[in-house]
Amino acid sequence: MSVQPRLDRRALLRGGVAVAGGLIVAFNLKGEVRAAADAFEPNAFVRITPENAVTIFLPRSEMGQGINTSIPMILAEELDVSLDRVEVQFAAPGKSGGINQVTAASTTTRETSKPLREAGAKARAMLVQAAAAKWGVQPQSCTTSDGHVLHAATGRKASYGSLVDAASKLPVPETVTVKAAADYKIVGKSQRRLDSKAKVHGTAVFGIDASPPGVKVAAIVQCPVFGGKLKAVDGAPALKIKGVLKVVPLEDAVAVIADHTGAAKAGLAALTPDWDLGPNAAVNQASIVAGLEAASLKEGVVAHTVGDAKAALAGAAKRVEAVYRQPFLAHAPMEPINCTASVSANRCELWIGHQSPIAARAAAAKASGLTPEQVVIHNHLMGGGFGRKVEVDMINQAVAIAKTVDHPVKLIWSREEDIQHDYYRPYYLDRISAGLDTEGKPVAWSHRVTASSLISRVAPVLMEKMKGVDVDAVEGTMTPYALPNLRVEFVPHESGVRTGFWRGVGTTHTVFVVESFIDECAKAAGADPIAYRQALLTDPRAKAVLALAAEKSGWGKPMAKGWGRGVSMQVAWGTFMAQVAEVEITAEGEAKVRRVVCAVDCGQMINPQTVRAQVEGGIIFGLSATIQGEITFADGRVEQSNFSDYAPTRIGEAPVIEMYLAENHEPSGGIGEGATACVGPAVTNAVFAATALRVRELPLSKASLKQA
Amino acid sequence: MAFSFEVNGTVKTVDVDGDTPLLWVLRDVLGMNGTKFGCGAGLCGACTVQVDGVAARACLTPVSDLKGSKVTTIEGIGATPVGAKVLASWIDLDVVQCGYCQPGQIVAASALLAETPKPTDAQIDAAMNGNVCRCGTYPRIRAAIHKAAQS
Repeated sequence: MSVQPRLDRRALLRGGVAVAGGLIVAFNLKGEVRAAADAFEPNAFVRITPENAVTIFLPRSEMGQGINTSIPMILAEELDVSLDRVEVQFAAPGKSGGINQVTAASTTTRETSKPLREAGAKARAMLVQAAAAKWGVQPQSCTTSDGHVLHAATGRKASYGSLVDAASKLPVPETVTVKAAADYKIVGKSQRRLDSKAKVHGTAVFGIDASPPGVKVAAIVQCPVFGGKLKAVDGAPALKIKGVLKVVPLEDAVAVIADHTGAAKAGLAALTPDWDLGPNAAVNQASIVAGLEAASLKEGVVAHTVGDAKAALAGAAKRVEAVYRQPFLAHAPMEPINCTASVSANRCELWIGHQSPIAARAAAAKASGLTPEQVVIHNHLMGGGFGRKVEVDMINQAVAIAKTVDHPVKLIWSREEDIQHDYYRPYYLDRISAGLDTEGKPVAWSHRVTASSLISRVAPVLMEKMKGVDVDAVEGTMTPYALPNLRVEFVPHESGVRTGFWRGVGTTHTVFVVESFIDECAKAAGADPIAYRQALLTDPRAKAVLALAAEKSGWGKPMAKGWGRGVSMQVAWGTFMAQVAEVEITAEGEAKVRRVVCAVDCGQMINPQTVRAQVEGGIIFGLSATIQGEITFADGRVEQSNFSDYAPTRIGEAPVIEMYLAENHEPSGGIGEGATACVGPAVTNAVFAATALRVRELPLSKASLKQA
Repeated sequence: MAFSFEVNGTVKTVDVDGDTPLLWVLRDVLGMNGTKFGCGAGLCGACTVQVDGVAARACLTPVSDLKGSKVTTIEGIGATPVGAKVLASWIDLDVVQCGYCQPGQIVAASALLAETPKPTDAQIDAAMNGNVCRCGTYPRIRAAIHKAAQS
């Protein structure tokens, strides 16, 4: 897949540069240059050349979630071109037709579907108009198919390529009618990924694969404690090693530039940097947890209120209470953090796979001392992102290193640096209580979230607007259930740990709490967990996915000793999802997830194959965290360092996964994160069913589940 | 020091220290980026190549160990009959998501099938246990290996 930024045609015409793709320059009688259109580009997303080549520009980034196939599907549908003939590229920062270019929070399909449909339909309308004018017929009498305009009555046919010049002269229509869902030929039908071939052949270019001419590689070691600084380093031992070119001290790190990464790593290993460990050197797991516990005892900022939860709690027939703890988590994408940069007096170029090309450009500009217009971002495929690659620390480093040399530098972090210098999913401590009436129904619900405030770091203006409520930390705390009295509070508490967004963002943490606790309420009420939830759900789509998951999992059928079924459901990102997990507790007290049944209603699916892949993959990603994912601190340092002690789910641990996808034409919901958020509580609820032991602290590997 | 070995049927000679891992020789010296870096410690399998037909982790294979060896990487696996079937199955079943781990998965799967033409689920799990996929494509990897075995 190509990684070039989109060339500005008008700039090229001014510059007089010839462009591959048929730039025709003619002179009129006055000797002025008149250029025939070298391409039809009615919007930021579509480019058609006279040779009938179609390029689609993605306003979002690709990290495995499949939008580099689903977005072209949307456009190809409205344009009436075959997917076989489209080439896909990333839109340059700021060249996305006003669409937000941050790929996060399961928003791509939700936010881009409508504008892309309209853009595709308008482009098609202009091509039809051009053909109709050429033929002297009414546009309404024309149809389109596979990159051609057709006039059935006279049997005439024109390729889009042949209409490029004429269509380019037409104004873009103000309004357009998009295709009716009933007429879809592409959208809603499973489509194989467009990037599959390149990925299986090993020719797909990830950020880490970028190799601009003259590039040298760099390895880096950062101060092991957050907030610490580099005091001094003697570079001589590294420079003795064959292939090492330069040692670059940074404010809180040391980098070694070399001909190849083996030499760079060897050079780094030969150094003994002297660190000033800074203010966080005494931070350890016990101090972090103690700090959160103490903070959680104080009233927080009120995020939501319904009725009067305090009074309803006081007057309730029965009271249920729990404290939940969820650890820091690393992202650990398969492609470790990397960034390639080149800096000269008036230009900075970056080659990277990034979730926010605009943030990348701003960071590169700031780090290089240039303007954003002087920065070129070559956005690439990411080998996983999960929220890590929205940050810009690697860009700051790569640019700082590249400034010291006159060639491009490819900075690659080791896996150890990647795990130990993450922006961790915060440690969450949740205090929650419910008051049940005499029938066991929850009439009061009080939930206090205590954690690092991510929004305070990334969008302080939003914190101000929301009067101190971190909307991410409390996302999902309203629950999908009818709760007549509800109170949600947020207590911000920083632990000296760098925190950031993880797959599922706020919802991953709150769904674990809500779905575990509603299960506890069901138990206190003596009710079946699914029936209890159904009685509290009002949205028919929510009720439907829960019923489907129950039916397909055989909910209620007896299980063998040591086995249990657990349920969880969520309404998030515009998508309704329910999961039932089947867990077996081994004789050694290990919880093995054997089967997960997932019912999903995400409205109009663009590519059902993508939805299946995101559900399957999201469940397995979520299981890594639920079962064994934990980042802990000692002496200010992260204790884990590689896949040996931050263990991912491996193939032998993957459960059987059964998926049931609703087919309808409701507005498309997001699917990139939902399954990850939903699986955790389904598993721990299943553990309860199997053992009568309630797991309130993750990961599961910490729990003693051995049965007598 | 100069080291020579075959890569995908062509002899390559590189001038690096002998303890340089094959992974960096492939990527940085020979410009072959199909083999991926994931952990540098043999824990994730992203760097899986075949050395004389046996799956090996390039991040832990010093180039000095390769004298007279035949290395097969993702760039060359399709030229083998087993590899071609694996690639076709991977595409047919839409296995990949981000795709970063997949060259290692494919080379490992090809080595498994060359030795065990009709593996059971248990044999697949054992052979592929060293190949991590954070995107969670394992169910499709298993299905694609079975499909390649039957094709």
